[in-house]
Amino acid sequence: MHRHTPVHRLPAEVKVVAMVAFIFTVVATPPSQFWAFGVYAAFLVGVARLARIPAKVILPRMLVEVPFVLFALMMPFFGTGPTVEVFGLTLSQAGLLAGWGILVKGTLGVVCSILLAATTPARDLLLGLDRLRVPSLIVQIASFMLRYTHVVGDELSRMKLAREARGFEATGIRSWPVIAQSAGSLFIRSYERGERVHLAMLSRGYNGRLPELMPATTTAADWWTAMILPLAGLAVAVAALWTQ
Amino acid sequence: MTASLKVAGLAFAYPDGYQALFGVDLEIQRGERVALLGPNGAGKTTLVLHLNGLLAGGVGSVEVAGLPVQKENYPEIRRRVGVVFQDPDDQLFMPTVHDDVAFGPANLGLAGSELEERVHEALDLVGMAEFSDRPPHHLSFGQRRRVAVATVLAMRPEILVLDEPSSNLDPASRRELADILRSLDITVLMVTHDLPYALELCPRSLILSGGVIVADGPTRDLLLDDPLMRANRLELPYGFDPRNVPA
Repeated sequence: MHRHTPVHRLPAEVKVVAMVAFIFTVVATPPSQFWAFGVYAAFLVGVARLARIPAKVILPRMLVEVPFVLFALMMPFFGTGPTVEVFGLTLSQAGLLAGWGILVKGTLGVVCSILLAATTPARDLLLGLDRLRVPSLIVQIASFMLRYTHVVGDELSRMKLAREARGFEATGIRSWPVIAQSAGSLFIRSYERGERVHLAMLSRGYNGRLPELMPATTTAADWWTAMILPLAGLAVAVAALWTQ
Repeated sequence: MTASLKVAGLAFAYPDGYQALFGVDLEIQRGERVALLGPNGAGKTTLVLHLNGLLAGGVGSVEVAGLPVQKENYPEIRRRVGVVFQDPDDQLFMPTVHDDVAFGPANLGLAGSELEERVHEALDLVGMAEFSDRPPHHLSFGQRRRVAVATVLAMRPEILVLDEPSSNLDPASRRELADILRSLDITVLMVTHDLPYALELCPRSLILSGGVIVADGPTRDLLLDDPLMRANRLELPYGFDPRNVPA
């Protein structure tokens, strides 16, 4: 998974800032300037090509967006003001435009984060957030989530097996209390694990902050390289606002 | 020469009133490997947590290489006492093996190439150097236990305290860990129920029972003392005879 393209090589904090800045330019663009979004999409395709991330990696991950898509699709039906007939459906013009705006901006944002995640190991991402002065507590919580998701997940599947080994089958609402109890005991177990982890951390001199393990080696060149994307985005956004 | 570890008159009751230790005295010399045996509920874990000041507030004293375990000394005490907890998933909390091993020395203020050297040295000692960039959940249980040992070796401790080091290990991992522990030039206190393991690794044993040290002597002698063993709920595995083990 360690592939070496210019996108992979950039330090995480630089990529995070570039991504957020780019998303801001996308969000600032009026939805009626359709061409601008085509240009943004082309930028992201360019980044994906440069990072050699194939579409089959990006597309399945875009499913996280589905709830927002549903919301966007409802907008034309509930919007007010002038309407337009499409295939016999009366749709609000303002709603159509707003729905399109949510859909396209959301999609660009999601693709952007997928590209970041696909080109940055999770651990580097955490280091990057730390260097960006994200509060240490939040970085630590994220780091423990990263470490313990699998541990807790394994525990959950063992509990599920143990339930089933004793003849339990999840059949509708009657089995909910059992599942709720499992969730409860998983919570207690994880809480106790948290206490043990804390002891282990204190034993090795933990003083409230994760030590910085990798000194930053970010150069000005890294920043300028990464800023190409948001600066290009900014140019598009300005042009879009200008010609509106 | 100062002892690596000296515990004198240590007694402790938990806030809920349960008294776990009733005056523990023990001394471990530099370079010794000592097993701490005892039934469940004997106070072994409570004692271990006192060795680096994670529990305190009772009476008595603990000294590590002459340095008293007191609040103002905690950073240095926690460097000197390397506690390896029973569940490696509790011990390994960082995203990669490298980061976890670096955690302790980085807290001591090491950085850069010095830090990298420590990490590499510690992982080398347990034969896990090639797994440096892996996340802990990709390792086998035995490998995780070895990395857990490395996380404290990286702090170059005075004494290594192992809580049930052989638990949940398959026989091969158990032997590999024993080889590693034997190869280390360090004082070891090993808390265990695994009596053959204690006999294999530790020439001397202590029995903690009811919150006091009830026996202290050569491991073989203690294991062969049937009334003592019985009185403290210690049992050898079926068919195991310490007399058949080469000294």
